[in-house]
Amino acid sequence: MSSDIRFTDFKSDEQPTWCPGCGDFGTMNGMMKALAQTGNDPDDTFVVAGIGCSGKIGTYMHSYALHGVHGRALPVGTGVKIANPELEVMVAGGDGDGYSIGAGHFVHAVRRNVDMTYVVMDNRIYGLTKGQFSPTSREDFETSTSPDGTNQQPVNPLALALAAGGTFIAQSFSSDSQRHTEIVQEAIEHDGFGFVNVYSPVGDEEFDHDRTDYDAAKDLIMDRDKEYQGVIYQDENSIGFETREGVTEPMTDIPDGAPDDAMDLVREFY
Amino acid sequence: MPDDLNWAIGGEAGDGINSTGKIFAQALSRAGRHVFTSKDFASRIRGGYTAYKVRSSVDAVESVVDRLDILIALTQRTVDENLDELHDGSVIIYDGERTMMSDFEAPGEMTGLDVPLKRLAEEAGGAIMRNIVALGAACEVTGFDIAFLDESLEKRFGGKGQAIVDNNKEAARLGAEYVREEMVVETDYDVDTTDNDLVLLNGDEAIGMGALAAGCRFYAGYPITPATDVMEYLKGRIEDYGGIVVQAEDELSAVNMALGAARAGARSMTATSGPGIDLMTETFGLVATSETPLVICNVMRSGPSTGMPTKQEQGDLEAMLYGGHGEVPRFVLAPTTISECFHKTVEAFNLAEKYQLPVYLTADLALAVTEQTFEPEEFDMDDVEIDRGKVVDEESIEEWTDEKGQFRPHAVTDDGISPRALPGTTDGAHMSTGLEHDELGRRTEEQEMRVQQVDKRDRKVETAVEREDWSCREFGDPDADTLVVSWGSNEGAMRDAIELLAAGGIDVRFLSVPYVFPRPDMTDEVEAAEDVIVVECNATGQFADLVEHDALTRVERINKYNGVRFKADELAEEVKAVLGEPADAEVEAR
Ligand SMILES: Cc1ncc(C[n+]2csc(CCOP(=O)(O)OP(=O)(O)O)c2C)c(N)n1
Ligand SMILES: [Mg+2]
Repeated sequence: MSSDIRFTDFKSDEQPTWCPGCGDFGTMNGMMKALAQTGNDPDDTFVVAGIGCSGKIGTYMHSYALHGVHGRALPVGTGVKIANPELEVMVAGGDGDGYSIGAGHFVHAVRRNVDMTYVVMDNRIYGLTKGQFSPTSREDFETSTSPDGTNQQPVNPLALALAAGGTFIAQSFSSDSQRHTEIVQEAIEHDGFGFVNVYSPVGDEEFDHDRTDYDAAKDLIMDRDKEYQGVIYQDENSIGFETREGVTEPMTDIPDGAPDDAMDLVREFY
Repeated sequence: MPDDLNWAIGGEAGDGINSTGKIFAQALSRAGRHVFTSKDFASRIRGGYTAYKVRSSVDAVESVVDRLDILIALTQRTVDENLDELHDGSVIIYDGERTMMSDFEAPGEMTGLDVPLKRLAEEAGGAIMRNIVALGAACEVTGFDIAFLDESLEKRFGGKGQAIVDNNKEAARLGAEYVREEMVVETDYDVDTTDNDLVLLNGDEAIGMGALAAGCRFYAGYPITPATDVMEYLKGRIEDYGGIVVQAEDELSAVNMALGAARAGARSMTATSGPGIDLMTETFGLVATSETPLVICNVMRSGPSTGMPTKQEQGDLEAMLYGGHGEVPRFVLAPTTISECFHKTVEAFNLAEKYQLPVYLTADLALAVTEQTFEPEEFDMDDVEIDRGKVVDEESIEEWTDEKGQFRPHAVTDDGISPRALPGTTDGAHMSTGLEHDELGRRTEEQEMRVQQVDKRDRKVETAVEREDWSCREFGDPDADTLVVSWGSNEGAMRDAIELLAAGGIDVRFLSVPYVFPRPDMTDEVEAAEDVIVVECNATGQFADLVEHDALTRVERINKYNGVRFKADELAEEVKAVLGEPADAEVEAR
């Protein structure tokens, strides 16, 4: 495809069925714009979507995509990117998908630092199953399964990411489409795991610390009273896992038979 | 004097039993002798005991027997555990200076050789080499040329520097000399050697080598006995071909990573055992319904739950055939020997890509931990063929687009197989999903399309049944009235059992089945036989149930689930018992 990719090229012909006013619309538009603005095209892009309202993104976007099993989107993205580092890999899902059923994978994907982007639509609720509390729901949040509040602490995904050695930790507000797009674009450009928590309700102000300042990032992330927008921490020397492992070429092309020197493998057993 | 030598070393966990056993097996292999090893022993008394047994002959050996000729016993218990296999001609090598062995006396007519293993090892440079001293002693007892042991020591310790190699050689020599000078041993062992170049490997290594030959480039796994050797084999080798081994955080992740790599277009695989299969079952349906080619290797061990992690069992057959909710097409391949582990792995990758579905490649602990010798030609790399199935490129993709120019990854076709566009292919962008979908991969709940997609996926199995060879491996007497059927790793023991039975006048026809699904139709063979016996390492007879189902006939069953694989002589006796034939007096007496 030519270089004049527009963000609408990433739109499928399916109409989103999200509720009117849902933050997922803005989140997805920002993802499509960011992909187009970073010079990607649908045939070289792989989107992995989780299960949830947010996971439907895979359906409404046009690219190579897999809409997988609840909570396992990150491992799929990991496999795609390593097997073909030439693809732009974007993983998207909800707070339940990423921080509850998939929480184990989240921590390990952060530490592994594969060069891909992870966009979480953090609406602090289980949307698809119609309104149960989620791992990011606040303690006093009343839902059908928490009529008296959740009686448990919400998880702080940004802190989890920082503790796991994250190299790009950001938060955007789905309501601020321009900033959201810019932040996702930076996550795409980051060499490593670009993590963007998209906070759906309207949040607080911007901040102005140096993004490479770990301690400043820590203070901001641990501030439980406010929600900030922006790239909170970035390790500018980050190198993606697949690069560190020496993977440079797609693994897709293989010879028509066993490799030329394959008898050497047998001889090793003499 | 039988023409095979049965040797073992046993002691407590941590005594270095495995590596010592492997060194001796390697030495025999270097001498051009065939070797079949086993180390999957369930204790008869309590845990902690380990042993490594080697059966060796100038002819090919494919099973273990109930007879032990030379035993290196580091503990009293090693002898107790093996009393029923030891015989009057057996030689037991032990260290009488080891406190726990100071009162040891060889039972009955057996010969006990009290060799100061630790003291001689210290003389050679360190107590750590006491097992090597014992190996030297064993060479002397059996008249086996110690030069072959030297070669094996070089292979094992070469990477650690010449000094270590030399010390070990010295340790072996001291053991041999001690026996020669200090002891009077009369044995009629005569360990012949040949000029054959043989290779020695286990089933996991054969699977790993098969994967490399087949062009596997992506492996994700989570360590678990007895599948870990596949991962450890690939690590350090797959990179030479541009591939990678990823150690995932769990099996949920491993199978999803492998799935992602497969969707990206790499030949991809994961390997695990029962507990991991349970976790991977979550994603199994997605692999199948998104029509992703994936090889999932299940090296079975004893279940359920954590079960007996280092013990043999073939208990996962139904889990592989039926595991997961909904109805999902899959293939299940079960190599019957270590060399077949190689060939079936190559086949599994081709089948997965040709039919775009998950293939279970199932070995078991007996295959995985057994080292066996082969002629290198058994692994002829020139014979390896690669078939990637219906992959489209920028040009041929046009045949597979709809009126709007959109690619149809789940096109409904006569043979059930749809085209596959690897990511990066121009105009191939499409979505795959675990939701029921239309030809384009878009979610649908429309009745007609649902039925078409289910039928299409099932049709791939019908197509494969027609196009591929799913036959059994046949042994024994084709006209015999007794038919024995087994699947997976029991083939070797059963083949040896056939010989034992034939020597006693009992002819048997034996079908060894490497394909569990699709599987060969054995109705004619079952109907032609008077007695049909299905042999397998599980309690309920999962494969026997399938044979009964397929042939609509009742069968006899020989099941073993104490954690130990079948032995040839034991199996022969079991077959006789089923047939109502008298037992072998000699075996009985032992
Ligand atoms: C194994 C499994 N358990 C439960 C479900 C049902 N389920 C689907 S989405 C979801 C939660 C979604 O919440 P979230 O990830 O926050 O996404 P949202 O809908 O809020 O965007 C659940 C519990 C499922 N699909 N799979
Ligand atoms: Mg949510």
